[in-house]
Amino acid sequence: MSQDGVNNSRRLLLLGSTAAVGAVGAGFVAVPFLASWNPSEKAKAAGAPAKVDISKLEPGAMLTAEWRGKPVYVVRRTAEVLGMLDGLADRLKDPENGNKAQQPAYADNLQRSRQPELLVLLGVCTHLGCAPKFFAEVKPEPFDADWKGGFFCPCHGSRFDMSGRVFNGSPAADNLIVPPYSFEGDNVLVIGIDEETA
Amino acid sequence: MSQQKNPIMGWIDDRLPVTVTYEKHMSKYYAPKNFNFWYFFGVLSMIMLVNQILTGIWLTMNFTPSADGAFASVEYIMRDVQWGWLLRYMHSTGATFFFIAIYLHMMRALLYGSYQKPRELIWLFGMGIYLALMAEAFMGYVLPWGQMSYWGAQVIISLFGAIPVIGDDLTTWIRGDFLISGATLNRFFALHVIAVPLVIVALVVLHLLALHEVGSNNPDGVDIKKHKDENGVPLDGIPFHPFYTVHDMVGIVVFLIVFCSVMFFFPMGGGFMLEYANFEPANGLKTPEHIAPVWYFGAFYTILRAIPHKLTGVIAMGAAIAILFVLPWLDKSPVKSIRYKGVISKTLIPVFGVAFAILTWLGTQPSSGEFLHLINNTTLARWLTAFYFGYFLLMPFYTRMEKTKPVPERVTGGH
Repeated sequence: MSQDGVNNSRRLLLLGSTAAVGAVGAGFVAVPFLASWNPSEKAKAAGAPAKVDISKLEPGAMLTAEWRGKPVYVVRRTAEVLGMLDGLADRLKDPENGNKAQQPAYADNLQRSRQPELLVLLGVCTHLGCAPKFFAEVKPEPFDADWKGGFFCPCHGSRFDMSGRVFNGSPAADNLIVPPYSFEGDNVLVIGIDEETA
Repeated sequence: MSQQKNPIMGWIDDRLPVTVTYEKHMSKYYAPKNFNFWYFFGVLSMIMLVNQILTGIWLTMNFTPSADGAFASVEYIMRDVQWGWLLRYMHSTGATFFFIAIYLHMMRALLYGSYQKPRELIWLFGMGIYLALMAEAFMGYVLPWGQMSYWGAQVIISLFGAIPVIGDDLTTWIRGDFLISGATLNRFFALHVIAVPLVIVALVVLHLLALHEVGSNNPDGVDIKKHKDENGVPLDGIPFHPFYTVHDMVGIVVFLIVFCSVMFFFPMGGGFMLEYANFEPANGLKTPEHIAPVWYFGAFYTILRAIPHKLTGVIAMGAAIAILFVLPWLDKSPVKSIRYKGVISKTLIPVFGVAFAILTWLGTQPSSGEFLHLINNTTLARWLTAFYFGYFLLMPFYTRMEKTKPVPERVTGGH
């Protein structure tokens, strides 16, 4: 073939179109590789609700339930604790549940719960996902001299009050999440289902 | 080409450039004759890489990459597999010594300006290795599926959740589940034993090819190629083999003596290399009392923790690593080595080394403690974080301002 009269613009067009088609092809090939990292059907199906017997939960005590592999804290708060919630507003980042994603509508109140005394929280710190520890007693703690009871995350020191609201000065920005829950009768808490079934 | 060539070598050389390559990279690679102690750490990193690959392959032969089997299979390796304990301790101690060698290797570059023109690409490939090594070490630590494996993974993967808009979906995608689970463990195993090692080895090859293209720097930061003899050999250069290969053997032996002492007598490294909480199987419902990264991530973890705001903290931590990449363009000094830089650099470079060491230490300590009973850990962490960024961000100014000393024509010292 003759080397004379090379049509450069034609070469460029062929080069460009080949590259473009190749790039589209590579894009399609990438889909299964990237999509295979998403949760599998099995993982998606593992979201069954968890039923917890709360009849033995005494005032002031907490139990930890497991829902979708994550810890859920259930606390029966005393009247004394509930009385203190209102006075903490100026020490909290989001005292009035401004971030609506952190609780269902029925828990969008001062107590952040369906029944005022029963607190149900996802035990996953909104900072980087550790499980905060429950420090119920009102007394000076190494992490807070004026501690009113609540949750303290051992990983990075985020602090939450007795309704899971985050204190100022914590690395976490949001209140602890209230998962969807409902009751079956008086003694069974159902985590993962919104509607009352009984 | 040499006259009395071995006929077998001749036959091979006509088909594969073995002799030419050997000469280019070993017997006729001229390295400055004034290398000091700091120049051991490149080859030592390489030794550790080989150690990790070799012991890693052997560990996979008995490790079970599943949430149900991982913890038990590590115990099986430790108790039942012949010499399994040694292979695992070589691997776990190797990770620590790999990072020790890498950190000192990087400190060397900082001292003698080995990242400056024309060695920017060497530095960039090196930083790529460092980044890949951090990913490699992090994913490797998840594999035994103990409490620290689990919660370390939880915290590190949650970092990506701080990214606005896509954060939540991204963390789910990385985990392959709505929480850290067997899916996460399995993919980390695949990345740890196949994908990342391939990347690291490729980057090491590029790092060395780029180095051998421009030649090694030296403690004086002098270009040895300016003065050559009649054969074109740098007057201040000596062939890498046999001079530095033999020289390096001394360093390797000393390093391995220290390595073996730690591996045989302190394989846990006092909880800094293998953390006590990791001897408890992963439990997604309970975070260990005191969670800290392994020591080599300490500095960046401290920077993350120093800032009481999620997104800013994550950005600061990312920036602390990212800023290292652009170091060659921050240093505007006309001289390379600390020996001829001005008073400000002469002071700040060692101070930076100490600051990084303290940041590393703080990362392993609770944030509420006190450093040497003098200052609150968090307060100190904030000051040192400010210094860390100040050191780099102000570098274009103070390196240009300060008065440097004249650089000699030829290297000083050496043999």
